This record gives sequence, C-alpha cells and structure tokens, in this order.
Amino acid sequence: MRLALAYDILRWEERDILEKGRRVGIDVRPVHLDEVFFSMDKEGVRVPSIGEADAVLQRSISHTRAYLTSALMEGAGYCVFNSSFTIERAGNKAIASSLLARRGIPTPRTVVGFHREVAIKAAAPIGFPLVIKPVEGSWGRMTAKAENEDSLLSLMEYQEGTSMKYKSVFYLQQFVRKPGRDLRIFVIGDDVPVGIYRINDSNWRTNTALGAKAEPVDINGELRELALKTKDVFGGVFLGVDVFEDPSEGYLVNEVNTVPEYKNTARVTGYDITSAILGKLKEEIKK
Amino acid sequence: MMQLKCPICGGQVVVSDDALPGEIVEHECGAQLEVFKKNNSLSLRLAEEVGEDWGE
Repeated sequence: MRLALAYDILRWEERDILEKGRRVGIDVRPVHLDEVFFSMDKEGVRVPSIGEADAVLQRSISHTRAYLTSALMEGAGYCVFNSSFTIERAGNKAIASSLLARRGIPTPRTVVGFHREVAIKAAAPIGFPLVIKPVEGSWGRMTAKAENEDSLLSLMEYQEGTSMKYKSVFYLQQFVRKPGRDLRIFVIGDDVPVGIYRINDSNWRTNTALGAKAEPVDINGELRELALKTKDVFGGVFLGVDVFEDPSEGYLVNEVNTVPEYKNTARVTGYDITSAILGKLKEEIKK
Repeated sequence: MMQLKCPICGGQVVVSDDALPGEIVEHECGAQLEVFKKNNSLSLRLAEEVGEDWGE
C-alpha cells in the first residue's frame, strides 16, 4: 500500500504513523502541505507533489487546510481519509450540532444566532450558566462560561471584537454539569476500540490541552452504540467522539473530531491506535 | 545527527538525521523552531503561533 501522509506539523501521531507504516511494509510518504499546490484547468486537478498513492491520510492541524486539501485531493482522484465530506460536517460546531440533533443523537441543548439580543432571547429557555464557543476551533480556545446575561453580553462583545472568522456567529450551549471529566471515544472503521476520560478537577473545560489528565475508559454498550450512531452521521474511518455525562440526561455527544490527536490515549491505554488505523486503511483500499 | 543554525540566537541546533519539514524543535535559547525545506535542504525558522482553527 502506498499511503500519502498529509500534514503541517509533525506531531507524535504523524511520527508514529510514519514509523509503524514502514515497519509493516506500507510505503508511507510524508507530504508537507506547505509544499503542496493544486493546478486546475480543463484537464482536471493535479497535485504534482503527491504522485502515486493508494490513499491519503489527512493529518493537517488546521481545520481549514484539512477540509480544503482533502476536497482538492479528492478532486484530483485521490481517496482521502477522512474525506472532505466528513471534515466539513464535523469541523463546524453549528453544523455538527444540527446533524446530531437531526438524527436524534443526544447532544447538549444549543442555540445559534447572528445577533446578540436574538441569540440571548432564544437561549433563555436553556437557562444560565451558558457556554459560548467559536463555531470553529479546538483545545477549548475562546470557550467561556457566562453565569448571567450581563457576562454573556460582555463575552459576545469580546467575540465580536476579535478577528475570528465567525465572530458574529453566536453558538450558545447548555452548561453540562459533568463530573469533572468528559470522554473521548475513538471510532476506527466500525470498531470502538478505545477511549479515555479527560479529568480536570480545577477547570470546567476538560481539554487535555488545558491540563486535563487522561485515564482509560471501559467502553460499555451504550457508549459503543452512541459512537457508532455518530459515525453513521459523519462518516469517516477514524473519529474522536467527545461525550459528556449529564447527571440527569446521561450521555450527550458534544462534538466529533476528524483529525484526532491520540498521543495521550495511546500512552494511558497501551492500545496501538496507529496500527489499528493503518489496518483499517488497508481494508478500505481493498474495497 | 545534523547541525542547523538557530534563526533567533544564531547558535547550533542538533537535529535528528531523519527530521522532516514541519518537525518542531525546542532550542536552549527558548525558541520553538520548525524545520522547513529551503533550496532543497533543511533549515530552521521560528515555529508558527497556534492558529485560530488548529487542533482537535
């Protein structure tokens, strides 16, 4: 198998993919996206720096670049995992929330509005505290909790004052009283092999980027079913599904990551996620 | 191992022979550096700040 590994920053995950791929006889070719360009004309789409490949594994750290380069590589005839279809659906939190809700997958109550007063009024039935998030972005950046309408208005003003691409899209969400942790569940193909708790006793945001500690999760039948239902909505061969535990409503799917990091999961569980991904890609290519 | 020049302090930075563009290297001067390809050879530049749409 010839696998092109599309990346920007060579993190632990990309290094592991290169090393394990070569160890099992997969020709993994690193493709630094800084050096890639696409040519489009009546002859079609060409990406000279990629060359022949049975598949491309998308590992760009930037959502915008991951989506765009996946779409353009697909235009040039490459089979890309995860596809632009999957990345587009999951990468924008507003779209992801609407798809989860539409399929009846339990998810935090969410309001999206484009004008401060309208959004605040629409979110009133949810009640405070409310969480305000940018519709794109990760690692908990710019995610804030508003205890009341005054603080929410201030946070909205701050958001409008930034240079964010979606600064006037207000994404307001129920504050889930999770027990100091959330869950990151991995889906690889149709398997749900591994997951972690992300535990933070001092910060309500439980991203590992903000200091949360990773611990292994025993994946029960309900979590497995929820993760697979989520995968049915978004597609893809490798997803990281973030789940909250609500004291009264149970599991709520918060978001879906299409280029998930898994260094901490591999470390605390001992599960070889890289080899599982490579095995799944081999199967997909044979189809 | 190969030696590259730190673009911030001018000091020598030891980088693994199998380093690739996009690899992040910490230098003792405190700079976070990124390996990149220039004229078909590897060099170092100051690593890009975290972007608005980075991460998972």
